[in-house]
Order: sequence, then C-alpha cells, then structure tokens
Amino acid sequence: MENFGHLLDGFATVISGYHLAIMVVGVMLGILVGVLPGLGAPNGVSLLLPLTFAMDPISAIILLSCMYWGALFGGSTTSILFNIPGEPSSVATTFDGYPMARSGQATRALTLAFMSAGIGAIAGVIMITLLSGWVARFALQFSSPEFFAVYFLAFASFIGMGANAPAKTLVSMMLGFALATVGMDTISGGLRLTFGVPDLIKGVSFLVAVMGLFGIGELLLTTEEGLRFEGIKARIRPLDVLRTMAEIPRHAIAIGRSILIGIWMGITPAGPTAASFMAYGMTRRFARNPEMFGKGDPRGIVSPETADHSAGTSALLPMLALGVPGSATAAVMMGGLMIWGLTPGPMLFIDRPDFVWGLIASMYLGNVVAVLLVLSTVPLYAAILRVPFAIIGPIIVAVIFSGAYQIANSTFDMWLVLIFGVVGYVFKKLEYPIAPLVLAMVLGDKAEDAFRQSMLMSNGSLTIFWSNSLVASIMGLGILMLGWPLIGKVMGFRNLIRRGRQNPSNAS
Amino acid sequence: MLKYLSAVTLAVAVATPALAFEPKRPVEFVVTSGPGGGTDTFARTIQSIITKHELMDASIVVTNKGGGSGAEGFVYAAGYKGDPHKLTFGTNNEYLLPSVAAVPYKAEDLTPVAAMALDEFLIWVNGKSDFDDAASFVKAAKEKPGAIQFGGSQSKDTDQILVSSLAEAVGAEFRYIPFKSGGEATTQLAGGHIDANVNNPNENRGQWQAGMVKPLCVFRPDRFPQSDPVHDGKGWHDIPTCKEAGIALENYRMPRTVWLAAGVEEDVIAFYRDVLKKVTETPEWQEYLTKTSLTGQFMVGEEFQSYIEKDKASVSKVLEREGWLIR
Repeated sequence: MENFGHLLDGFATVISGYHLAIMVVGVMLGILVGVLPGLGAPNGVSLLLPLTFAMDPISAIILLSCMYWGALFGGSTTSILFNIPGEPSSVATTFDGYPMARSGQATRALTLAFMSAGIGAIAGVIMITLLSGWVARFALQFSSPEFFAVYFLAFASFIGMGANAPAKTLVSMMLGFALATVGMDTISGGLRLTFGVPDLIKGVSFLVAVMGLFGIGELLLTTEEGLRFEGIKARIRPLDVLRTMAEIPRHAIAIGRSILIGIWMGITPAGPTAASFMAYGMTRRFARNPEMFGKGDPRGIVSPETADHSAGTSALLPMLALGVPGSATAAVMMGGLMIWGLTPGPMLFIDRPDFVWGLIASMYLGNVVAVLLVLSTVPLYAAILRVPFAIIGPIIVAVIFSGAYQIANSTFDMWLVLIFGVVGYVFKKLEYPIAPLVLAMVLGDKAEDAFRQSMLMSNGSLTIFWSNSLVASIMGLGILMLGWPLIGKVMGFRNLIRRGRQNPSNAS
Repeated sequence: MLKYLSAVTLAVAVATPALAFEPKRPVEFVVTSGPGGGTDTFARTIQSIITKHELMDASIVVTNKGGGSGAEGFVYAAGYKGDPHKLTFGTNNEYLLPSVAAVPYKAEDLTPVAAMALDEFLIWVNGKSDFDDAASFVKAAKEKPGAIQFGGSQSKDTDQILVSSLAEAVGAEFRYIPFKSGGEATTQLAGGHIDANVNNPNENRGQWQAGMVKPLCVFRPDRFPQSDPVHDGKGWHDIPTCKEAGIALENYRMPRTVWLAAGVEEDVIAFYRDVLKKVTETPEWQEYLTKTSLTGQFMVGEEFQSYIEKDKASVSKVLEREGWLIR
C-alpha cells in the first residue's frame, strides 16, 4: 500500500494543464512516428531528445514516454490497413488484422487493436505499481541460459503455424536465421556474410525486410489482382467502434493470457516483439478452431496487441528499477535520464520518488489519452481504404521507400526493400510462409548470442539449460510446446483405439 | 524555418572576413554507437552545449550509426572524403577496429580532431562477493585457472583486451564472456551470473549506489579526485588504484574522440578544434565529466597523434599475443 500513496503523489505532480498538454502533444507525435514505417519509436524519441534538454526531468520523461505510447498505437494502424508494420512489434498484428480489414471490417480491426492495446498497457502499469520491488529482483535471475530458453519457447510456441508444408516453414525459418547473422558477430567480433559490401556491416535491418516482404510484396499481389483494395466497398459507421468495444469481453481469456506473456517478456527483458509473436502463437495453439487464424480472426488481433503493449509498458520497469533498458526506446530514454542529471538504477526509486512515481502516474494518464485519441480517429483511418488504389498505392510505395531510407540514412536499404518485395511476392505465390522468416530474423541473433554465451559459461555442456529450476521449467515448457502437435496426435490415436474397444461393432 | 536559418548563416558567413572556415550547411554528428550508449551521451552533450552557448551558427543533426561495433559510422564518415560537415564521435575503436576485423575502412581514412576526455576502467565484482580487495581476487584467480568469468561489452574490444592484459600481468587465466553492451554485463554481474566485469564508472554507478556491485581497483596512475560518497560512505576517491593493489598494469583508459573525414583543409580542423575547446570551458562540460566520472583531458594535433601511436602500439601487443590481428 506504500506504493499506492506514492502513486497518488505522482498523480498530484502530473495532473496540471501543462503536463496534460505535453501528453497530448507527445501521443500525437508518437502516432505520427509510428504510422510512418522506418521512423519508429527509438528514432522518434532520439529526435525529440534535444528539445527536452531545457525541460525539467518530469515534463521531459512525460513527453518522451507519451511519444512511445503513441508510436506503439500508430504502428498497429499501418499493419492493419496496408499490411506494413510500422514497428517491429506490430508484425504479428498483420497476420489477422490485414485480412480482417480487407474483408471490409477495417473499423472493427482497428478498434479491436486499440482497445486491447490499451488494456495491455494499463495492465502493465498496474503491475509496475503493485510489484515493482519484487519484479526487479526476478529480472536479475535471468542470465544467458534463461534468455536462450525464453527464445526457444518463443520459437516452439510459433512452430507448426499455418497449413503450410513443414519443409517450407523450415526453409523460411532458416533463411531468417541466415539473414540474422549478417554483420558483426558479438561473440567472435568478426564480420559474417557481408561479402565485402560496406553497407552490410550494420546487418540487414529487420524493418527493411518486413517492409519489403509484407508491404511491397502485398502491393505486387494487389497490382496483379487488378489494382484495388476490397475494403473500398465497406461502409464506415462510427457506431461500429462502440459495437466492437462491446465485443472485447468475449476475448477475455486470450487477452488475459497475452497480458501475462507480455508482462513477463517485458520484464525479462526479451521485448515487445518476442511477446507479440509468442502471444499470437499461444492463442492459436490453444484455440479450438485454429484454422480460422490468418483469415481475420479477432483473437489474432487482440492477442499480439495486448502482449505488445503490456510488454512495452513493463519494459520501463527494468529501466527504472535496475538501470537496464528493456527495449531500444527505453535505452534512448535512459540516455535522456543521464543528460537530465538523473542516474538510472536501483537508487532512482529512493532518491527521486517524485520522478519515478510521476512517470508511473503519467503512464496511466498517457495511455488513456492515447486510447481516446486513436479511437476517435478510427473512422478517419478506415476511410483511407476507400481512396482508390491508383492514388493510395503510389503513396504507400513512397512511404515505404522513405521509411527504408530513414532507418539508417542508407540508399542501399532502398534496394534491399525492393529485393525483399520480390522475395515476398515469390513466397506468396509459392505458398511459403513469411512469418517464420520474420521471427527468425528478430530473435535469431539474440538466441544465438545467448546460446553461445551459455556454452562459454558451461564450458560447452548442454546441462546448463537444466541447471536451475527457472531455466529448466522454461525449457520444459518449450519442449512441451514443440511436441504439442505430436502429443495431440498420440492422444487422439489412443482415444480412437479406446473408442474402438468399447464399441467393437464399429471396428469391423 | 530551415531556409531562414541557412539565410542567416549565409549572411553571417558573408559578413565575417573570408579567411577562416565556417560551416554553411547543417553539421552532421555521426555517433558510432547506438542511442543511449556512452558515445551517444558524449556527442549529445556536446550538441546541447554548442546549441546552448551558440558556439556555432550552423545547426547540428545527430545520427546514430552503431552497427558493427561502430564500424558502420566510421565507414560512412570515411566515404565523405574532404567533407567539412561531418563530425564523427567515437573512442579508440576508430583505430582498433581495422586491426581486429575486416572492416572496409582504414584508420587513416579519418583525420583526428581532438580527444576530449579519458574514460576509466575498474574491476567490479558482485556486491555480496567475498572479494574485498584486488589482491584476494587475483589470488583466487591464480589458484583456479579459468574459473573466474569476466563479462564485457563486445568481443576483441577494449574490455576483452583489458581482461587479456590483466591475465598476462598477474599470470592468471580468466574466461571472457562477450555481451552486446556494458549495461548487459552490469546486470549479469548484479545478478551473480558472472564473477566480474571491467566496466567504465558510468556503466556501473547506479548499481554501485544500490550495493549490487562493488569496485576493487581502478586502472589509472593515481586515484580519482575527491567526490561525494556513492555507497556505504565510500566515494570514487576511496577506490585504490590497481597498481596500489599490486597489479602490474598501471594505466588503461579509453579516449573519447572526435574525427573528420580525411582530406579536409587545415582551417576546417582548426575551426572544430576551437569550438570543442570552447565546449570544454563551459560549466555544463564540467558537470558532464563529474557525473560520468570521466577525466577531462583535451588533446589535439601532435599530442593527440602521439597518444594514438602509443595506444595502438600497446594494444597491438595484446592482439598479437592473442592472435586476433587480421592481415
């Protein structure tokens, strides 16, 4: 309850006209940054950083963190409308969000995404309020073997997705792993797969790949199919927003599970991207009718969105409590803390409670402001789909290419986007799944680093993955997930036999 | 706004007698680390000081190019031969990287402008560790070769070179585990997953305040200057030097450096040298040094050049011994 008192103090600091105005400005800038693919939250926050040098730390962190919330929301918008994830963490939202929007339900898809995102974020803040001390200690237990186990679990819960041939899934995933190794290797310090091309030193940006594979690939397909979005036919009624909100309680189980996944991944800190993929995979795995996924299933939207936002929010806790950034954006904010004269780390809670609890209070308010802002603009965004393809198509191409350039100010990346676009088109034509490639690209090098660090720690013994109860239970869960389809088959087979015995007449 | 700005800078440039160089376009600060890294804070602090004190008329754009341990930024800057509007910020990685990895630039592709400060290295152990001084730590390491695990940022970079030098100096054997950043090495140490790290003061300050990690000794010739206590009544000045602790490795530091592309005119170098010199004379710079426990040392021209040569020579010995040099 001590935390609760602090929180009220925090609200007292934050609720002022000036701070509320900063919140609205921050959220709006964030949505803008999130909608433009390539700019992204980390870049947006570093662009704003110089502006905050003259501000007091509390106002500064409110501005930056609200921009972060806005960017998280904005990133889902383009995923759903154009199949172009504005943020890495909203890739999983495209799987069902885009099909739903294409079938004429853009308003529903956007509302579902924003509502569940808001719920996820608030759940993350509540967790921070209640459990800050305990959770910080839990995060410290994570070392390389535990990280590898978490990534393994993420892969395991995602494998066997879709009706594609397993061999094709494997090919796609291996390609993703290969792309993830391009650039400087952390463990050996050497360059890999750069072929002497200077532009490849920084590695292949995951965002470039995603924009090409999804965005350009999708445009090529649309062009082939006759230059139009099917969503145009749909009528847009603001009332749909309210109707969809009433639908949310039906997805309570999926949301609850995704909140847990998101919070856990945000704290550890494996990050929002891993969280959204894992939540999507889990929801699908536990669904009674998984064949609906990928065709516009509402659970396929709420799960990744909830997990993304609860992870994004929880990622600020390790930053505040331990001085460890849980995401790229948190790392930029931590740089900001130092410039404003604060030392990120465990003592921040004790030395500057006004700052910490002011920030936490602003997270409640900022997210409410963000949800209200984005919900009120849903009909506006959905209306974009009614613009003829001949106009919107070229705009999307321009946005994608400028986005690709902005990631690292590199013209080389624009060529890469084009190549990935063609690859994405070919993949879709030959029915190779793209999602495993994306997942392997995001988590591949992290998983590799964690594995090789573990091997260094254990002198090459695999028993390190069973060396304590934490890592052993995560590993066990991963293997269970991996074997789930098999187990399911065996169980089904035994049921068949049993039924056969009970009812011999059927057997003949 | 931009048009207006450039018109103003143009007017200023025309008004001043046309002998000295003055940037007429926005100056790009190329940061060879990701956002939030030590080099990033270094560059952004200088940016904020220049803007606040109006030390330069042209505006400043900061871009992070931290891929490949910073190689991305150096390759990018090297590509702008003779361009006076690209200022690159780094450490000694500018001349270290080409020796250990097949990066597509040479150390000579950039012109040194100034070294502005030296960052210190310390031996840190977990706050609950039995080791209270460097001597007992070294003794334990000698008794069990390869048992002590050092974590550090990156591979074949400053951290691993220091651990290797330390092993050589005391005749022990350590295991080195590379992480993506010093921050990760800190968390791993605070969580007790590794035995020690050699982080810079700024990377571990917050955790030391909370007693999660503690310093054993610092690799500088004399102790830190007096400062406020950080944890348990102890401040930076109370940390013994590693030489006092009987380790035959007196001095290991990392310069925070600023570069231009090769082929720029002498007056361009002189201009930035003067601006950076003025930066070091501001109270904000002093505050930055104190806050990050850096040692202010402004080196330019011959002095900086000979520092680079000396640093290169001593590091090369380690690289040679470990077989990390590439041909």
